[in-house]
Amino acid sequence: MTLNDVKDILEAEVIVGRDQLGKEIKTAFSADLMSDVLAFAKTESLLLTGLTNPQVVRTADILDISAIIMVRGKKPSEETVKLAEQLKIPILSTKYILFETSGRLHRNGIVGCIEKVGGE
Amino acid sequence: MSSEIKVILKEIGLPKDTVRRAAIVCYESEINIVSYAKKGQIVLHADDRSVEIEAKDEGTGIPDIELAMKEGYSTATAQVREMGFGAGMGLSNMKRYADDFFISSEVGVGTYVKMVVFNLDLKLHPDHPQWVETYT
Repeated sequence: MTLNDVKDILEAEVIVGRDQLGKEIKTAFSADLMSDVLAFAKTESLLLTGLTNPQVVRTADILDISAIIMVRGKKPSEETVKLAEQLKIPILSTKYILFETSGRLHRNGIVGCIEKVGGE
Repeated sequence: MSSEIKVILKEIGLPKDTVRRAAIVCYESEINIVSYAKKGQIVLHADDRSVEIEAKDEGTGIPDIELAMKEGYSTATAQVREMGFGAGMGLSNMKRYADDFFISSEVGVGTYVKMVVFNLDLKLHPDHPQWVETYT
């Protein structure tokens, strides 16, 4: 599906990257720990998180994450928005909790970027 | 800083996987220096075969490296954790993504980490002129 489909499913608000909604999305990773994102997330996945600081964008950039979805109605700080614009990483905000956000996307065909850790 | 490094490494023409792994270990090094040291330096050497990353700091140092390397072990402050780090994954991530990893540390003096990330695409081509020199 496209990022635009993700937006519709999550009734999300696009904060950064209105011009990138055509991006194809297949996998996702959910975490509030950037350390875990760095350990387990894969290139071109969606990142679902409740964190809103600029480090989220930095982490997404290092891993070539397709887009960031902020859950539980969280909104990025001004500094985060600026950095995301500069690095061209879309940020969407949804009111759904992390569990619901993940579940709704999974139901529609998005799978985890890995299924479980170890012995991949 | 790691974002800029990524751009430079891409420009050199290194493959995506090499750039990504080098950027991750650089980023983790950066986070460690900011979290535990007063002052630090990251030096990179890159060519078409590999990226060498040396991170050196004047910081608290690590009393027990074996323990610090364990996933989940951390001495990070609440401030670092609030930003989403300090989960005890940093050093193990650096080791996971680097092809070569060396660490030494002295309490109260600082820590030195050296990592090498190979261009693994080259490894697939034994006819590359540098194959023998690098991988035998």
